[in-house]
Amino acid sequence: MAALYEGYTLCGLAPAQNQSNSGVLGVEAERDSDHVVVTDSTRSVTLYKVSDQKPLSSWTVKQGQTLTCSAVYNPQTKEYVAVSDGKVIRIWKQEHLLLDQAFKATVSADVWRVHCVAGGEPVVLFKRGAVRLLDALLSAPQQPIEEVLAQEESIRWSTNIVTESQQFAIFTTEQKGDHFLYLQRLNPNTLQRYRLEREEPGLSPLSFSASYRDKHIRLLYLYPNGHVYQSVVSERGLVTDEGGQAFPLPRSLLLSLPVGEGLLEAASAQALDEAHIAVVGVPHPSAGSGKDFLCIWNTNFQTLQAGKEIAGKIYGQLWSFWNKLFIPHGKTLSVIPYECPKSSLASALGKMRQVKTEESKAPTSVPSWNNILHEEKALPSRTVETRKTRITRKSQSSSSLTNYQVLELIKTAPVEEVQREVDLLLSRTDIQDLQPSLGQLASTLVSRTLQDPAFYTPSSLAQLVHTRCLCHSVCPDLVLLALERKDYFLCQLCLQFFPDIPEAITCACLKAFISMSDVDAENGSLEPDGVSFMETLIARERGPDGLLNGFSPTSAAEYRSDGLGGGGTRAQQDEEMTSPPPEQICPVGLHKAVLLNEVLQTAYSDSFLLPHLKDLSSQQVVLFLQYLQFLYLKYSQDAFPQTHGLRSPSLSQILDWVCVLLDAHFTVLVMTPEAKGLLVNLHSFVKSQVRLVSELGKIEGSLQELNKMTAKKDVGQYSIEIIELF
Amino acid sequence: MGEFKVHRVRFFDYMPAAIRAMAFNRRTERLALARADGALEIFNFADNYFQEKVIPGQDGRAVEALCWVGRRLFSAGLNGEITEYDLENLRPRYTVEAYGGPIWTISGNDQGTLLAVGCEDGTVKMFEVLEDRIQFQRNLDRQKGRIISLCWHPSASLIAIQLGPELLAQSSSEVVVWSIAFLSDHTIISGDSAGKVQIWDGLTGTLARTHLVTKWDVLALSVSQDESSLVAGTSEGTVVQFQFLSSTLDGQNKDWVRTRTFKNHSHDVRALVHTETAVVSGGMDTQLVVRPLLDKVEKNTQESAMRKMAFPHRSLVCCAKKAGLLLFQFPDHLELWRLGESDGHGDLPVKRKPEKLIQLKRKGEDHICCSALSPCGGWLAYSTVTSFRLYRLQNNTISITKVSKLPKDLRSAHQLCFSTDSSRLFASSINSSVVVVALNQPECKYLHTLKPKSGSREPVHLLFASEDGKWLATANTACEVQVYNLDKIKLHCTVPVYGSCPTAIAIHPTSSNLVVVHADQQIFEYSLVQKEYTEWSRRLQKQGLHSLWLERDTPITHVTFNPKHPAHIILHDMFMFCVIDQSLPLPEAKTRLFNQMILRSLPEPMRILHRHAFKMCKTFQNLMCVRLLEDHSLVVVERPLLDIMSQLPAPVRQKRFAT
Repeated sequence: MAALYEGYTLCGLAPAQNQSNSGVLGVEAERDSDHVVVTDSTRSVTLYKVSDQKPLSSWTVKQGQTLTCSAVYNPQTKEYVAVSDGKVIRIWKQEHLLLDQAFKATVSADVWRVHCVAGGEPVVLFKRGAVRLLDALLSAPQQPIEEVLAQEESIRWSTNIVTESQQFAIFTTEQKGDHFLYLQRLNPNTLQRYRLEREEPGLSPLSFSASYRDKHIRLLYLYPNGHVYQSVVSERGLVTDEGGQAFPLPRSLLLSLPVGEGLLEAASAQALDEAHIAVVGVPHPSAGSGKDFLCIWNTNFQTLQAGKEIAGKIYGQLWSFWNKLFIPHGKTLSVIPYECPKSSLASALGKMRQVKTEESKAPTSVPSWNNILHEEKALPSRTVETRKTRITRKSQSSSSLTNYQVLELIKTAPVEEVQREVDLLLSRTDIQDLQPSLGQLASTLVSRTLQDPAFYTPSSLAQLVHTRCLCHSVCPDLVLLALERKDYFLCQLCLQFFPDIPEAITCACLKAFISMSDVDAENGSLEPDGVSFMETLIARERGPDGLLNGFSPTSAAEYRSDGLGGGGTRAQQDEEMTSPPPEQICPVGLHKAVLLNEVLQTAYSDSFLLPHLKDLSSQQVVLFLQYLQFLYLKYSQDAFPQTHGLRSPSLSQILDWVCVLLDAHFTVLVMTPEAKGLLVNLHSFVKSQVRLVSELGKIEGSLQELNKMTAKKDVGQYSIEIIELF
Repeated sequence: MGEFKVHRVRFFDYMPAAIRAMAFNRRTERLALARADGALEIFNFADNYFQEKVIPGQDGRAVEALCWVGRRLFSAGLNGEITEYDLENLRPRYTVEAYGGPIWTISGNDQGTLLAVGCEDGTVKMFEVLEDRIQFQRNLDRQKGRIISLCWHPSASLIAIQLGPELLAQSSSEVVVWSIAFLSDHTIISGDSAGKVQIWDGLTGTLARTHLVTKWDVLALSVSQDESSLVAGTSEGTVVQFQFLSSTLDGQNKDWVRTRTFKNHSHDVRALVHTETAVVSGGMDTQLVVRPLLDKVEKNTQESAMRKMAFPHRSLVCCAKKAGLLLFQFPDHLELWRLGESDGHGDLPVKRKPEKLIQLKRKGEDHICCSALSPCGGWLAYSTVTSFRLYRLQNNTISITKVSKLPKDLRSAHQLCFSTDSSRLFASSINSSVVVVALNQPECKYLHTLKPKSGSREPVHLLFASEDGKWLATANTACEVQVYNLDKIKLHCTVPVYGSCPTAIAIHPTSSNLVVVHADQQIFEYSLVQKEYTEWSRRLQKQGLHSLWLERDTPITHVTFNPKHPAHIILHDMFMFCVIDQSLPLPEAKTRLFNQMILRSLPEPMRILHRHAFKMCKTFQNLMCVRLLEDHSLVVVERPLLDIMSQLPAPVRQKRFAT
């Protein structure tokens, strides 16, 4: 497991006024692992002994001159090379005290940077892209320098890599939002130009880092959206195309870092070894959105290995030499030692797992028979996502149709084929892996269906909904489509499984369910759960009258007569006694009731629901209220509903809906003659509830009195008591 | 163990007087406290805050300020007099008129050579402290207003004077500076009626800093001896602490910073003392509060616990146990009550209500300092610092007749006690002596005076005559316990002196063992026959008392025995009464001391396993008195603090939300 150790300060900084610039031009390695050369952005070069946190020597150019590139150390000659004012190359040794007395040479073009790494010669990169070896340049300082770059193309970043056989100067450029990579081989000189794939428009790489391994040069670059890409270029190189045509540079997404809010601004990624990268200026995934962290990620396992909060402003600069990271932040340049041992699986599993959008969200992993049958040399553990297994899966899925192909197919193929392929796809792959593509699949199906009135694949859609990977936001048209196609089963599934149906859609469903003809409703099948619940409920219609919550229809009738007085009610009441009262008969058909129950059980918020409820006509409202009343009465009779474990609305849900409906339509209902009886009934509900509560209040009061009687004993001025000691 | 029939009495309307002034003697660790009725109390802070001495007040003596000069205590009051007290005989020694009108403040210099008093007429008068008196030395220049507060500079060459009322130009309201403090660096700190604590530079006379601490008055100030901490008492009942701290680490630029606020009083804090480890405050709500500063004491020790002293550490109730009468002592009168009766068994409705038989007003202007009722209920005696009175009571007809011919040795007493057969009266007198008087119808006769051999001059504050009339035990504030043989009329023995003051003594009726309880809560049992500590006492000392017992913060004020169970000792403090059964094992450190509730819940056979010697009952609170009557019923006299609070004047109004 990689680790970051306690850091320490190498030196203080003098950041520029606007704070955007750290004031460090560059940090370069010196003779050994304990020495670095720090060039600040104004005039001085300082040699530090790192472990002592102590400057050993310092050189400054004269007032008025500025250093334009960071000083480098040439270990072969033990000389320092720097460039001042763009064109003056300065070379000196440690024993030179004054920079002005050192060797100077003026060249004919502006220098971008001088690079020198151990085992290679110093290389001079000019601003317009030309590359010279330092020795060759100094032999004739005024030699003409060609222009390699096009107009408006400028260098963004450069480095120098020495391989066994060759030395490379690598630099990236930007031209009108396009980014290019130049690979300049030295001796013999060849130049390759690659075009970087475009990220989202307007995003250009924040940092580059190049490394050489296994005869390949690996370029690592970080985008503000947190994506870290790697591009691999062979050392040998392709056949150079003299036309100067830029090859597209293939890239692979190594990591998608969490970026928190907004894009990254000052961030940098640095490859530490084949499996680890250090990133500074990104948020820690478990520490909120503050972007002031230094993290080491394992790219193989996508795991965060170590993280450290960095105080002060981060400038997006990061250097690493000999297991030390150099980071300017705030007003200091800090050294943070790190360690990246070879990753083992066990250690990789230790810390946080990187959540990649393509990866599963996998709350539960459902074993797929297909997987087990066809992938006998199955993965030891699903969490191990090595590149290899990913490749094998890809190759396996390519044996039949890929997601993409299925998507294409949906757009054109006839119903049967689509149905077959979708079924195949769903049965074949581990559904958990497919979640994002399922959404795509569903929305493609829905859009095809919307375009093509003849096209409809109810079973596929139902199957998709059943995966529980979909939600309303993924395919917003699905519910309305199901309503339109009178696919009530699908509607029921959606209401059941979508957690995020907006109130408008709920209301639309409600309206459709209430107003549909019973013939329509009884066509097709519904979820057996809800149906069997309703069947038991209706079967109890003739059941004995119970008395629950202090309410029974007869007592309700008594109250009613109290309230209204009229003699007619007495006769009506007699009638009720002989035949079952009308509110005891389910006012809607079985399937309709089941669907309405689904509506009752959806989540909603009153204030959003109310305006949509007003769309219902008074007839619809009365019918729905009658149904709710029926449910309420049923629930009041016995304590049965929830005991079945079937999917059923709760009593409070029913009452809430009654309240919301009355809120939305009260004035209308008062004016509607057929609603009168209903309202009176509901009024008696309320009355009975009020009575119940008041009775409870009385009980509470008397219990409290009991409590007081035992607790309070007034002693008064004088009493005679008996106490017992043990 | 047994049932007690308890007469629970709450009709003793004891009302302590407000605390007016305090002075702390750092050398002897004695706190002198003056109450509004002129009474003086001396607390020994070194001995568990025991209230050692009480000097009763006097009508017209309103003590405004107190001051220690060495071991001598001076007070000054609005009657315009300076009084020095005789702390051995518990009376004023002499009084000097200052001739400057009412005196508001008195202060002695650190050297103990001069006393300065601030008078109503605007003069500061200096008195020289002589060996046996004080002598007027000179007047300082007369100021325009009255001198409310004055303070010596530690070097004694300067004196800070506060005039009041002082008119502030900008507010045009009268602002009185109630209290000032003068530090050695010439800083003067003042607390005023505008609620401000102000820090002045005494050399230049400029205001350095103002802290507004209350909307009401800042009445009292006190500075710690090292001058690093200052407390201010306000009318709201809060005490605000200021500390002289530096705001930076290097210790430079120290400033007075408000640090803590204590709210232990409901009314004005009139008197404040900053001791080394604690803030001692008192005021209108009559309670003395010792609030340890937690940065000065070890945490979670007994020392760090806050103490509130609400009741006197001596008994104001006397009980005639044969007659069932109670005598309540007030500063200016006595009340004699007869207890009620019940039907005898079971739940006890009161058959006969208690009745007040006699209310006896004292004569003269001195307050009553002690009183006694004979066990038979036939004699009543009380004493002030100047006079002694004895009355003969006829209970059946409720008549009281003063015994007119009294022996002249019986002029005044610190403590009174009747023998069990009511034939003798013992009165503690000057120089630790006890005067014995025989009571015979109709006159009384001086018998003799018992004197200790030690020659101690400290007053006797506890007297106990044994049941059989053979022994008389006395205890004085020098911690000496003497036992006299009344048959031989001579000193029988002196109990080895223990370092803490005895708070209650009693002699066992049958075994003649003397039980002494001390202010540090230790209990000793001393055999008068063998003249040594008893086996039980040694065992108790060896094992040590339970920590919860030792942590109680009110002293045991009475010890008695149960004739039915000779092994039982009954004692009480303010919050509990306890029956110690000497036949049971002593509680060990880890056993639960308060185990009555547990025992109650256990079945009978199990109780035996869990019993220990200390049977403590907390049913009754704020106890003034617990006595065992001859019919084995208990009398407990409670005085709920709430009842005292309800008789206090309304506190300053404080704005709260929704009021």
